[in-house]
Amino acid sequence: MIEIENVRKSFGTLEVLKGIDLTVKKGEVVTVIGGSGSGKSTLLTCINGLEPIDAGRIKIDGTEVHAKSTDLNKLRSKVGIVFQQWNAFPHLTVLENVMLAPRKVLGLSKQNAEEIAVKQLTHVGLGEKLSVYPNRMSGGQQQRMAIARALAMSPEYMLFDEVTSALDPQLVGEVLDTLRMLASEGMTMICVTHEMKFAREVSDRVAFFHKGVMAEIAPPEALFGAPKDPELQKFLAATH
Amino acid sequence: MFNYTFHWNQALKALPQMLDGALITLQIALLSMLIGVVCALALTGFRLSGNRVLSGFAATWVEIARNTPALFQIYMAHFGLGNFGIHLSPYTALLVGIAFNNAGYLAENFRGALKAIPDTQTRAGRSLGMTALQAFRFIVLPQMLRVAFLPTTNQMVWAILMTSLGVTVGMNTDLAGVTQELNARSFRTFEFFALAAVIYYIIAKAVTLAARAIASRMFRY
Repeated sequence: MIEIENVRKSFGTLEVLKGIDLTVKKGEVVTVIGGSGSGKSTLLTCINGLEPIDAGRIKIDGTEVHAKSTDLNKLRSKVGIVFQQWNAFPHLTVLENVMLAPRKVLGLSKQNAEEIAVKQLTHVGLGEKLSVYPNRMSGGQQQRMAIARALAMSPEYMLFDEVTSALDPQLVGEVLDTLRMLASEGMTMICVTHEMKFAREVSDRVAFFHKGVMAEIAPPEALFGAPKDPELQKFLAATH
Repeated sequence: MFNYTFHWNQALKALPQMLDGALITLQIALLSMLIGVVCALALTGFRLSGNRVLSGFAATWVEIARNTPALFQIYMAHFGLGNFGIHLSPYTALLVGIAFNNAGYLAENFRGALKAIPDTQTRAGRSLGMTALQAFRFIVLPQMLRVAFLPTTNQMVWAILMTSLGVTVGMNTDLAGVTQELNARSFRTFEFFALAAVIYYIIAKAVTLAARAIASRMFRY
C-alpha cells in the first residue's frame, strides 16, 4: 500500500505540491491527469525518493520513504518507475540493459538475471531484440524495454510518468497496450498520463491535479461522466 | 638551380640508431600519457569537487598547459626548476613537461566527456535501486570512455610529436636527439631529418589506426 499524507514540495519559491493526500491499495490502478505544471510528475519522483519532500510523509508498505533510516536503494527495487524519456543505456544491448540492475542490485547470478530479463523482454514483445543496441530501435520499443527493465526487479509497485508523451503518435498504442497488460495482471500502478481514453479504460480511480492540489479523485465513470470540480470541467472540455 | 648531391646511404646506415631513438620516443610518449591520464583524472575530480582551492589549482593547471607553448613547459621543467636548485635530467624534464601538457588537455577532455552524459542516465540507474557509485561505474563511466577515447589518442599522437622538443634541453637519445647528433656530425640535414620525419609519421599513423581499430571493437553501439 502506498500512503501519501499531506505532502508538500517546493522548487525555490514555487510550491508544486500543496498538501497531497492519496492512498493506493495493492492491485489498484490510479491514473493522474492534469495540465503541465500541476505537480503530477513531481509526485511520482517523490514517491520513490528521487526527490525530497518539504512536509508530510509517504509510506510504502509501512516504510517511510523520506525517513533517514530508510534504505532507498532497497526500497526502489520494490517501486519501479518509467519516465517520459526512456533513458535506455546506449552502451548496453537490450538484454544487458534489463540484466544490469538485477545483477548489481539484487546480486543475481548471470544465468538467473538473464532468465528474468529474457522473460520480461518477451513479455513486452521484445524477445527478438535481445542482442540489439537500443539506438537501433524505435522510441516505442525503447520505452517497452525500459518497462521490462523496471519489471525485471520484480517490483510490487510501478510508477509511470507520461511514458507515451515523447513518442511519435503511431508508437503510443504499443506502449499503452503494454500498460494495459500489466494492469490486467494485477500490477499496482500509478500512471501520470495525457491519454484520456487509456485513463478511462484501465483506472480504478482517476485523480485530477490542478496547481499542486488534487482537485478531484473518483472512479473513471464518475470523474469523466460527471466532473464536479470546475477546473476539471474546463480541462476535460479542452482535451476532448 | 640548386647544386646538392643526396647521400641517402649515410642516413640509411644510421637507421638502426634512429630506430633505437624511436623506441625512447615511444617510451617517453607512453609514460607521459600514463602520468597525464592519472593527473587529468585527479584534476577532473578537483574541478568537480566544489572545493575552491582544489578547483582553482586544477583550473590554473589546465589554463597554463593549454595556453602556453609546450616548449616553454619543457624549458621550465629543465632550466626553470634548475634555477631553484631542482635539477631534472633532460629525459625527466621532457617527461615532466609533456605529462604536464597532456594532463591539461586530457582534463578538459574528461570533463567534457562527463558533461556529455545526461544526468537522466544516472537517474535511471538510481531509480532501479543502484547506488550513486554503481550508477557511475556501470552506466556513466563506460559511456564517458567512448566519448573521451579518440581525443585521448589524439593527445597520444601529439605527445609523440612533442618529444622532439627534447633537443632544446639537451635530450640526445630519442629520435629527434639522435637525428640532431647525426646531423651535427655529417651536416646531411635534409636526409637525416627527412628519414626521421618518415619514422615519426609512421608511428603517429600507426597509433591513429590502432586507436580506430580498438574503438570500433570496444564501442559497438
